[in-house]
Amino acid sequence: MKYINEYRQKHLVETLLTNIKAEATGDYHFMEVCGSHTHAIRRFGLPSLLPENIRLLSGPGCPVCVTDQNYINRAVELALNNDTIIATYGDLLHVPGNDKSLNDCREEDADVRVVYSSLDALAIASQNPEKSVVFLAIGFETTAPATAIAIQKADSQNINNLFFLSAHKIMPPAMKAVIDDGVTLNGYICPGHVSTITGKSIYEDFPEKYKVATVISGFEPTDILQSILMLIRQVNSGDFKTEIQYKRAVKPEGNVRAQQVMDEVFEIKVDRWRGFGTIPASGLKLNNRYSEYDADKKFSIPIPEPEEDNGCICGEILKGRKEPEECRLFATVCTPRNPKGACMVSAEGSCNAHFKYRNYG
Amino acid sequence: MANKIEIGHGSGGLMTQELIQELFMKYFDNQWLKAEGDSAIVDSTHQKIAFTTDSYVINPLFFPGGDLGKLAVCGTVNDLAVTGARPSYLTAGFIIEEGLSLETLENIVKSMKAEADKAGVHIVAGDTKVVEKGQADRLFINTSGMGFVDELHKNLANGKLITEGDRVWVNGTLGDHEAAIMNAREAYFENSRLESDCASLNGLIRELLDRCNTIRFIRDITRGGLAGILHEVAGMSSLGFEINEDKIPISEGVQAFCESLGYEPLHMACEGKCIVIADESEAERVASIMKNHEFGKNAAQIGQITKEHPGDVVLDTMIGGRRLLEPPRAAKVPRIC
Repeated sequence: MKYINEYRQKHLVETLLTNIKAEATGDYHFMEVCGSHTHAIRRFGLPSLLPENIRLLSGPGCPVCVTDQNYINRAVELALNNDTIIATYGDLLHVPGNDKSLNDCREEDADVRVVYSSLDALAIASQNPEKSVVFLAIGFETTAPATAIAIQKADSQNINNLFFLSAHKIMPPAMKAVIDDGVTLNGYICPGHVSTITGKSIYEDFPEKYKVATVISGFEPTDILQSILMLIRQVNSGDFKTEIQYKRAVKPEGNVRAQQVMDEVFEIKVDRWRGFGTIPASGLKLNNRYSEYDADKKFSIPIPEPEEDNGCICGEILKGRKEPEECRLFATVCTPRNPKGACMVSAEGSCNAHFKYRNYG
Repeated sequence: MANKIEIGHGSGGLMTQELIQELFMKYFDNQWLKAEGDSAIVDSTHQKIAFTTDSYVINPLFFPGGDLGKLAVCGTVNDLAVTGARPSYLTAGFIIEEGLSLETLENIVKSMKAEADKAGVHIVAGDTKVVEKGQADRLFINTSGMGFVDELHKNLANGKLITEGDRVWVNGTLGDHEAAIMNAREAYFENSRLESDCASLNGLIRELLDRCNTIRFIRDITRGGLAGILHEVAGMSSLGFEINEDKIPISEGVQAFCESLGYEPLHMACEGKCIVIADESEAERVASIMKNHEFGKNAAQIGQITKEHPGDVVLDTMIGGRRLLEPPRAAKVPRIC
């Protein structure tokens, strides 16, 4: 398959590994902050190939995993009690709320539909004018523009039965929170898809203020290994900067049109992140111009109390402080089939990726 | 006859008779059905009998590469064939939702007949039930099958013959059926050439069993995909698998489908693929039989059996990494981004 297989060639991987091993003279802690990176790293077995002095940590990059439990509770409440159709990305279906997941709601005859795009939700709304349709708008800068487009289309097409429950988040505040929390990091493997939208400027604090190496990476094994090599070189030389490895997709200025659409529709808000608590200026909500599409405003959703502590250490895992294997629930009571925490639910979650693609040898 | 199935077609009265005569008898036409007994009386041999059943429910009823009828024949034929049996007789039970068009039913029945002829099996008994609208989704088919097993192959199905060092093959690309069905359902890609691999494998399997002396195990790869089957076999044989990811054949279309939606091709169902385990000494013969067969052109040796890690399936990834290959665990949902 073109544009994929080229980046999975064994001899290129071997060359990169040789260079990494030759140049990695110290100990390195690199964190990836995109669920798709976590997934690729495990899927291709990269940890079994890298030397022990390079440690890869999985950060708060899986949109499902960082979504606050109260958000799930509110979605469940909407699904069960408001004669709505819930349109959601598939990953969110099995995330446990206090009492139940959205999938459990389906069993109680709630109309919860999996969509692949925010525009699918728009189609559902126009086909069901008698119903209120709520799109569960989650994700980082990657998916936020698509939500913004759907909102603008709903507006221009006079669709007034589609609402958005926004848990959209932006990446850099959480990346800062990880460092501010005292996690030792030498470099960030920055999310490629987020960066296609934002460009590189959102990361400039990391090399300048935090002295952390910063490379925007693609998702194939040679991309990730090349990014690791670039990070090692930045650390070794002390010349910290934001570099783009994923040049075939990311422009330094990003996707300006997508940024515009986001600006037109959203404003920044304080937001809650699972495992982190509240992070200032880290979330996106619909601005006044589009507030009639805001599900939070349309429905008054009673917010139940936060959950009891069930022993899940997703928070520590999302900060890169602990590995999934260090959680006493991991692979015993918490499995992809019966997840206790969000990191086990999404295919991009660390626990799920560790569970599915356990290292061997 | 009416152009839609009505409740009366399942009443046991004249309408039922009409349906049987003008549709089922017309196409399945054979001496056993013509006898019109409550059971078919078939000839037996001194051999052991393999006996299986499976129910087929699929949406859409017609999909690229096949339809419910074809699937209902080849699924049961394959279940017989992989146990070393020569599939001989099938029965067919139809649960029909009131209102199904007769044309649809006729096309499914025609397709069953064509596949049965191709596989060399006879549909010797059947049953029809009609349920009220909403009580079933258009058409469900159950087929049971019977076949005869040579003394030589009576242990093929239990996995006890598998030995350390045996080689593992698949007869072609993986994941085609499930990708085609999902795409037909959701129309993710409009111009895809994704096509179900739905096929009866008894011919290929018979050639392997007749011409090789060391076939240790065969199993069709259906729900759960290759990963699911390998785990089942590792569990039942107390041996492990070493699998080379870069040897596993996957079509470009299925790869593109899986890469785009975040699915694991090794978890995707097939309907015309099997794994074959045989002694290393017959590697060339197994490969050449498969590659010369209509349903084995893209066959590949994908790994071997080891004692090193009993119960585990270890994947050497295409870039030289090593990890456990997990069985699928939950329903597939597309990833967010």
